[in-house]
Amino acid sequence: MIDIAALAVKKWKGERGSLIMALHEIQNQMGYVPREATMEISSQMNVPLARIYEVLTFYNYFKLEAPGKAVISICTGTACYLKGAPALLDEFKKDLGIGVDEATSDGIFHLQCVRCLGCCGLAPVVSVNGKIYGKLKPSDIKPIIAEWREVFPAKETANAAN
Amino acid sequence: MQLTEFDKIVEAAKAKSAAFKCNLYCCYSTGCVSSGCGDVVKAVQEALVSHGCDKVVRIVKTGCMGLCSHGPLMRVEVEGQKPVLYSEIRPLVARLIIAEHIVPALSLEKGADFNVPDFLSGFVLPLDIPFFSKQMKIVLANTGHIDPELIDDYLARGGYQALKKVLTEMTPQQVVEEVLTSGLRGRGGGGYPTGLKWKNAAPSQGAEKFVICNGDEGDPGAYMDRSVLEGDPQCVIEGMLIAAYAIGATSGWFYIRTEYPLAVDRVEKAIKQARKAGFLGKNIFGTKFSFDCDIRLGAGAFVCGEETALIASIEGRRGTPHPRPPYPSQKGLWGMPSCVNNVETLANVPHILMKGGAWYASIGTPESRGTKVFALTGKVKHSGLIEVPMGMTLRTIIEEIGGGPSTGKKIKAVQTGGPSGGVIPSEFLDTPVCYDQLKKLGSIMGSGGMIVLDEDDNMVDIAAFYLDFTADESCGQCSPCRIGGRQLLELLKKVKSGKGSMDDLALIKRLSLTMKKASLCGLGQTAPNPVLSTLKYFENEYLERIKN
Amino acid sequence: MKTVKLKINNVEIEASEGENILNAAKKASVNIPSLCKHPDLHATGACGICIVKLKGAPNMVRACCTPVSEGMEVITHDPEIVGVRRTVLELILSAHPNECLTCGRNGTCELQRLASEFAIRRESFNPVVPDIPPDSTTNSITLEPRKCIKCGRCITVCQEKQNVWALSFLERGIDTRIAPAGVTLGESPCVRCGQCSEHCPVGAIFEFDETEKVWAALSDPELYCIAQIAPAVRVSIGEAFGYPPGTNLTGQIYDALRHLGFKAVFDTNFGADVTIMEEASEFAHRFLSAPEKLPLITTCCPSWVDFMEKFHHDMIEYFSSCKSPHSIVGTLTKTYYAQKLGIDPSKIMMVSIMPCTSKKYEITRTGNMYASGMQDVDVALTTREFIRMLQQSGIVFNDLDPETQADSPLGEYSGAGVIFGTTGGVMEAALRTASYFITGHDPESVDFKQIRGLEGIREFEFKIGGHSIRTAVAHGLGNVETLISRVRAAREEGREAPYHFIEVMACPGGCIGGGGQSWNVDDAIRKKRAEGLFSDDRSKAIRLSHRNPYIQKLYEEFLGEPLGETAQKYLHTSYQARPEYKR
Repeated sequence: MIDIAALAVKKWKGERGSLIMALHEIQNQMGYVPREATMEISSQMNVPLARIYEVLTFYNYFKLEAPGKAVISICTGTACYLKGAPALLDEFKKDLGIGVDEATSDGIFHLQCVRCLGCCGLAPVVSVNGKIYGKLKPSDIKPIIAEWREVFPAKETANAAN
Repeated sequence: MQLTEFDKIVEAAKAKSAAFKCNLYCCYSTGCVSSGCGDVVKAVQEALVSHGCDKVVRIVKTGCMGLCSHGPLMRVEVEGQKPVLYSEIRPLVARLIIAEHIVPALSLEKGADFNVPDFLSGFVLPLDIPFFSKQMKIVLANTGHIDPELIDDYLARGGYQALKKVLTEMTPQQVVEEVLTSGLRGRGGGGYPTGLKWKNAAPSQGAEKFVICNGDEGDPGAYMDRSVLEGDPQCVIEGMLIAAYAIGATSGWFYIRTEYPLAVDRVEKAIKQARKAGFLGKNIFGTKFSFDCDIRLGAGAFVCGEETALIASIEGRRGTPHPRPPYPSQKGLWGMPSCVNNVETLANVPHILMKGGAWYASIGTPESRGTKVFALTGKVKHSGLIEVPMGMTLRTIIEEIGGGPSTGKKIKAVQTGGPSGGVIPSEFLDTPVCYDQLKKLGSIMGSGGMIVLDEDDNMVDIAAFYLDFTADESCGQCSPCRIGGRQLLELLKKVKSGKGSMDDLALIKRLSLTMKKASLCGLGQTAPNPVLSTLKYFENEYLERIKN
Repeated sequence: MKTVKLKINNVEIEASEGENILNAAKKASVNIPSLCKHPDLHATGACGICIVKLKGAPNMVRACCTPVSEGMEVITHDPEIVGVRRTVLELILSAHPNECLTCGRNGTCELQRLASEFAIRRESFNPVVPDIPPDSTTNSITLEPRKCIKCGRCITVCQEKQNVWALSFLERGIDTRIAPAGVTLGESPCVRCGQCSEHCPVGAIFEFDETEKVWAALSDPELYCIAQIAPAVRVSIGEAFGYPPGTNLTGQIYDALRHLGFKAVFDTNFGADVTIMEEASEFAHRFLSAPEKLPLITTCCPSWVDFMEKFHHDMIEYFSSCKSPHSIVGTLTKTYYAQKLGIDPSKIMMVSIMPCTSKKYEITRTGNMYASGMQDVDVALTTREFIRMLQQSGIVFNDLDPETQADSPLGEYSGAGVIFGTTGGVMEAALRTASYFITGHDPESVDFKQIRGLEGIREFEFKIGGHSIRTAVAHGLGNVETLISRVRAAREEGREAPYHFIEVMACPGGCIGGGGQSWNVDDAIRKKRAEGLFSDDRSKAIRLSHRNPYIQKLYEEFLGEPLGETAQKYLHTSYQARPEYKR
């Protein structure tokens, strides 16, 4: 964990406008920004911890806790909203038994709403770990969940990397 | 980079692209990638190899071709033959296209046209449909025609000629004058004349001076800037270089949404290639002008589209706007004079400098010159990315380019300007699209989101949808927006659920006015617009919910 | 400075270029209401109350952060503007708990005052008050984020003025809240200076109230309650009772304390004289024979001590080991005084009335704070808590006797003791006595005026005897760091230290601007409070600590020599690095 923070520091220390870039680096590697990493950034890049937390909690993109392995992002852009994103969200909630910004108890699925993914022509869209599914209907949700269950089987989660 | 070298490179680039008898332009933008163009391109490659024609056919992975709803798209251009556009291709279809179209077409004699076999014609989209024929492409001129990851493609189509002209033939003042003449206005939403912005920034003194490219496109339902960055990143870099020369900037920053990984990747590659070729760096074209640029990412905050918030974000702070003055042109990034221009604005610049401000000013209407890129979405048949001359009516855009409603229901209104904009009812569809006319109707041009609504869409829902967005995106600094946005949303939800009263409606109006007047930045000041404009034209829908 | 002409409500006025509309309007006798702007701090434009109309501008602008310009025409009040202000105020109230009656700022709250002026009579909006628990983990200040109106004053003070970075804005939009970075305030870099509470317009940050403890002690017949007052308290307390800032009310405070039931009333100024005896001795010693331990840095300010221990512990060797004046009075009360009067020191309840929230922390800071064999000072109350006690007690402050004297001997002070309460005062007092210790005779003039003032950092080279003494004074922790970095840079480069003697106070203006003082302070008020102390100094026959006969007697009877064994035992303390804190 500290290694990842140290790498981010090495890459961005001394660069201008680097705080958010370093935090991205950490989140890209780990899926979230752990407190230890913020301490490392703070002392190595000479940024007050308070400033780092101000930034981390201001921007939607950053997570302070580890998300599930398969992060399901429902696009909440206008086109997707008009074309049925709310129904997709309901379907995910129902099938996974979790709410928005929650993870399933096995830690596999994490459900979140995101800003426009810019695929308005394919509305409504959902992305799972970056893979985009377009023109969805509620009936498409179960197969998507099944697809990702195969990627992260419940029992072997320990070995499954994301 | 010296001038003589430049000409050589350009010649080489042109020769390279002319070496192929056939070019297959495959849309490789986020939309088509999502529709599975990756598998299609793979299938095309394999098929070409197996048919032994991979040496004479080039696959060009392009930026957005516009018709996102019909992706994956591939345009076939065989030398001497009419181009053919295939849509909604699957790998199997791709293999058939190679075997049954490309292979026979390559063997045709010069001058003869190829007739697409019947079993493939279902996938062909005629290129003379209004979606294509009514558009006018300046910003998107290269998008869909070049591989955005190859600077040679850009050079072969006239890239960096404008920069050469500017650096070798013009003074910075002349550049500013030319842009003033063009009448170009900021495409990010504000509509402030770009030439004026440059004129204000030029005299500011500082140890450094920055050009910032605002790629924090946050409107839900809009992806113009993303498409430009993905489809023609060199053009934006060239625009930035010209802006820098005009105002005397020393370096530049791209601020791009982190939700746009493909755009970031392409700009990164483009910067590297431009640097390697000598368009970025010291003494560009052998002149005294030196300039370089780099990328900084957003992290999910709509308010960072606001200039001062964007600057705060690059500096590694919360993206909260600060009161003006001082303006960024006086004291911007790290306290240095800075000029923030939107992606689409910068993409216009090389074209203006190449063809002249007067040419640009001849397009559009007197107060809105040139073209505008829109993301046409919602309940419309052809949804996608379009570029039209200013002054085209909403009706032409929606009914002809967009092909009319997708649902068979009547179009009720069109929403422009995203969360800062408003709805325009169908009776005003003959309004020409330009800054002033849209404003008169209670909406705004905005950055270019255009969302078509039909009879199924309820206006209270629409207003609540946008308020949900702005309340969530409020930075929280000023109370009118922070608390006002939330309270307005609560009131709208109350009306939406049928529990609202006439008192609530009065309070909605009073609160909207207060937010407009007392919010610190544009986000809060315009946040009530979706409410005010739906109330203006569709108050009955509010009253119906209240009555029931 | 260039002036510009503008019209405010059609009245032509002149204002300085760059000045904001809010201040310029005052010249036209127009009061524009505002909530978030504080004269000490730059404008953030947060509240949206001070909006005005500008001719030619489409939107209303904020008077607090819009500079005047030539020919500007401003309308500050019309029905529309007042209506918008009222709605904004209603919004702020909807996100603020309706708990005025039980709030610490009841009656002094800036939001409450506006609500009263705007005659808000109903709640138009449903409440959207966050549910965040209070945080009293510092035992000095209490954070109540629910009451916060997000004006940002505390954060600007904590980050920009004090450079402490304990407080931050977390989250965004309606969820925005003031908080330390993921820990409690007690675990944060907070140095308890209380400037956040001093600047908070509402009850969101508040001194940790210990008045109940004192009331209980006063009504306990077993206890012998003794009070002492800090120098800065006497010149600010009057603001709560209608006196102009800076009015010296020493006698009235002594009288009030007697009325409250304190059996003896001492003055922290006496302790200040003792501090000077020790600190000036330390200085003379180091200056003459241990120059490698220079600059000597003063340590009367517990927030500064805390700040240094957390972030600048490489400076420990330069620190004066002398305790702060009120700690010294506490120790001497429970030793010297108790022995003299034959009182059981364990029955003494020592209460310090301080301008400071950090003194609450200082009284248990290290083992040295128990030098008398028990806790030397039992409770440290801020000026504000003390004011409330007076208000509860039924005492009519204006009728108190200004001639009341403190108890002897721990109430007798020199002019040098009283100026401890202002920035530069400790330095000046120390120089007066150090001159004597270095040269063997008193300085020709006791006024070291060159080091007075309110500039954040002041430097002066004094000639004493044949010596040149380079002094520096800093107040506000942000300024302090500038000085410290100069010292550090010199050390790293192997140069001689740029100063011999440094005085540091954490709060702007020193203790007169302390975090526990009366609210609504600005530099004009700080200046008046400081002047109140200097005027007390001038009125004293004895203005040198070492000439205070009671001090001389104390050393003869009890302490022996300055820096001697007894003095070390009772009057000195030690410091330790606290590397676990991360700013």
